[in-house]
Amino acid sequence: MPTSEDYKGQVPAWCPGCGNFQILSTVRQALVELGIEPWEVLMVSGIGQAGKLPHYIKCHTFNGLHGRTLPVATAAKLANHSLHIIAVAGDGDCYGEGGNHFLHAIRRNPNITLLVHNNQIYGLTKGQASPTTDQGTRTKIQPYGVLAEPMNPLAMAISQDCSFVARGFSGDPEHLKELMKAAITHKGFSLLDILQPCVTFNKVNTFKWYRDRVYKLEEEYDPYNRIKAFERSLEWGEKIPNGIFYKSKRETLEERVPAIQEKPLVKQEFSIEKVKHEIEKFY
Amino acid sequence: MTVGGALAQTFSRIGYYVFTHQDYMSRIRGGHNFYQIRFSDQKISASREMVDILLALDLNTIEIHKKSVRNEGFILYDSETAKKKFEEPEFIDIPFRKIALDVGKNSIMANTVATGAVLGLLDLGLEALKNIIKQAFMKKGEEVIQNNIACAEAGYNYAHSNCPHCGTFGISKPEDRRLMLIDGVHAIGMGALMSGCKFYSGYPMSPSTGILDYLASRAEEHHLVVEQAEDEIAAINMAIGASFTGARAMTGTSGGGFALMVEGLSLAGMTETPLVIAEMQRPGPATGLPTRTEQADLLFVLHAGHGEFPRVIFEPGTPKQAFYLTNRAFELAEKYQIPVFIQSDQYLAESEWTFENFDLDHLIYNDYRMREKDLEGVEEYKRHKYSDTGISLLAVPGEAGKHLVVTDSDEHDEEGHIIEDSETRIKMVQKRLLKKLPLIKKEIEAPFLYGDPSPKIVLAGHGSTYGVIKEVVDTVSKDQKVAMMHFSQIYPLSERDRFDYIELLENADLTICIENNASGQFAKLIRAETGFEFSHQISKYDGRPFTIENLKEELHAYI
Repeated sequence: MPTSEDYKGQVPAWCPGCGNFQILSTVRQALVELGIEPWEVLMVSGIGQAGKLPHYIKCHTFNGLHGRTLPVATAAKLANHSLHIIAVAGDGDCYGEGGNHFLHAIRRNPNITLLVHNNQIYGLTKGQASPTTDQGTRTKIQPYGVLAEPMNPLAMAISQDCSFVARGFSGDPEHLKELMKAAITHKGFSLLDILQPCVTFNKVNTFKWYRDRVYKLEEEYDPYNRIKAFERSLEWGEKIPNGIFYKSKRETLEERVPAIQEKPLVKQEFSIEKVKHEIEKFY
Repeated sequence: MTVGGALAQTFSRIGYYVFTHQDYMSRIRGGHNFYQIRFSDQKISASREMVDILLALDLNTIEIHKKSVRNEGFILYDSETAKKKFEEPEFIDIPFRKIALDVGKNSIMANTVATGAVLGLLDLGLEALKNIIKQAFMKKGEEVIQNNIACAEAGYNYAHSNCPHCGTFGISKPEDRRLMLIDGVHAIGMGALMSGCKFYSGYPMSPSTGILDYLASRAEEHHLVVEQAEDEIAAINMAIGASFTGARAMTGTSGGGFALMVEGLSLAGMTETPLVIAEMQRPGPATGLPTRTEQADLLFVLHAGHGEFPRVIFEPGTPKQAFYLTNRAFELAEKYQIPVFIQSDQYLAESEWTFENFDLDHLIYNDYRMREKDLEGVEEYKRHKYSDTGISLLAVPGEAGKHLVVTDSDEHDEEGHIIEDSETRIKMVQKRLLKKLPLIKKEIEAPFLYGDPSPKIVLAGHGSTYGVIKEVVDTVSKDQKVAMMHFSQIYPLSERDRFDYIELLENADLTICIENNASGQFAKLIRAETGFEFSHQISKYDGRPFTIENLKEELHAYI
């Protein structure tokens, strides 16, 4: 069985007090508790502070381009569906730069887990608005306040029948860990949006701001009710619900691709002899 | 089944060498589209301006192409469909539509009547066409097959009995030979399939879509994953993701789509992920002429991607070269862990050629991916470990025991973790780029010289101009010491130790670089890499390929 020590990676380069630290320790703990070994996990990340997370864990890592985690992660799953694939992105990374891929990953439904560190701001580029920044928030390049309405990733995911939609808060690591374990073990594309304060650039959505507002969805809440899930996903402001909003039992992408029904693509040996007859079709 | 496709296949089955090219408009139906077919008992490799038989399915075709019919040629048409009767002797009026209705009970079979009529005019028999009809309509059932065969026979007999000067073409019967008929995109697709490509992602875009179509059609039988991506950015990132995870991967697109892929190309360079990219050119800028041809993306593909990393560019001259170079592309991509391009264009993509065979024993397949058993003795695996060659072991994540595979688009250390120090940076640039480059260059083959071994005149070209330059050299070599120098492995250029092609060019009196673009991009590449400057340039940038006639005409100014 793996231990937390097995998952210890490089020394994080995040700001002291960053909400990412709890996410990091929670991911490690969740993987340990699930009994998943480091060599069974591939983490795919993009660019931003969230994108650095895989380096601080020990597992297979593809830290690619800004916004492009999901195409890489989806294809990695198609190439070897015996790996646990976790995509790690930020709000700018996944909902902004990679917004198109987010929609299409939901449609395809590969069995991968998407963790979005949602701090409602751009950290690495130093404090500009992200797709989830509240309207009216003033930044250096939005001196009159953000003009656009914030995106609601949960409502969007539920509207497209995303097979697992949850939200947690990095300030409640115990709850977050349970959500993470549920997301990783869920069969299908799982979105876990994680509210995570940026202590340097977001002076509005602080630990206290979130703590005053977040609450857990009720015990008796039914995540299989899509309409109810959509309704609850619209709650934002004075009260912010967290938990598993929605689940659906959709067939995964890997279950639908004929080539990989017997075994993963990377375990299939290639032989020229088996394809040579294809030339006959041109005579 | 198109008339052009059926005829090309018929000629090839009879044993004639065939060369076809397609010219069509960017719309779903209608407009003016044509299919040019040459067939011969000699090997042929280019399009012509003039034709012997024009099969016109509408009036527009007659009006546009009447001038291209040679003296003593024929125009087959249906005066009812054209709504016009032509009295000149070259016109043969055949009621394609009426025969289809009478014999096949469906006007849609007018095309089959027309196909039969062409064969009747040429007196070539119907046996080959009947077999093609049977194969094409197998799924539609016996009735459809029989109706089409009856229509082909009726068209054949009508043309045969109404042909005023039958036999004037004097076609000699071909030798008994078995030929394959294949175009560029199918050759690339089959090349990928036979090179062990297991993953192809792409977004539809002319003229690259044929590769996607072909591989999708072979996916189930040969266990390939073929994914239509939401955009070209996703397409290249998917191919990189699959390749990193251990599957041989490829993506394909045209210039506009490749523009979107450029950041991904740089990612493949940085993460040393093997990748094959088919870049099928069409005229730009922007949307340009979507269904036409041009060779104007060469310098774009050469310079695409921020930062410095090695790449290889192949630009085949024939479908056969396309097939082998795709195989070579996979070999080099996997061996050196770099992006390799198969660059081509609409002309080659959609031109069908005939070949006796492709020798499949010449295909290369070396598996460079490391699994647990390959890594015995490796204490600590490092994805980007320094080495004399710059090449590090490429492990398959999850299949390499407990070894972890880590890479990053940020500059990284040997393990694959982010660094920012200058010492590691320098070592990584040396590993990734400088150490690999000379080794890659040694893999590249010299240009192909055809014609006089010590020519006074050299006609140079790259990619799809191969066929036309070759035929033109054949016709002018009687009076001149002339040769073609054709480059299909265009970047990096080959070393000059085995064949000093630059010296050969320097010894010639006249060196003409022939390109399907406006600015002479290949000539610029040669000058930049070798210092050699061609004495003349022939450029064509109307979106159409060179034909034998117009290249000869251009050459008249110099020869």
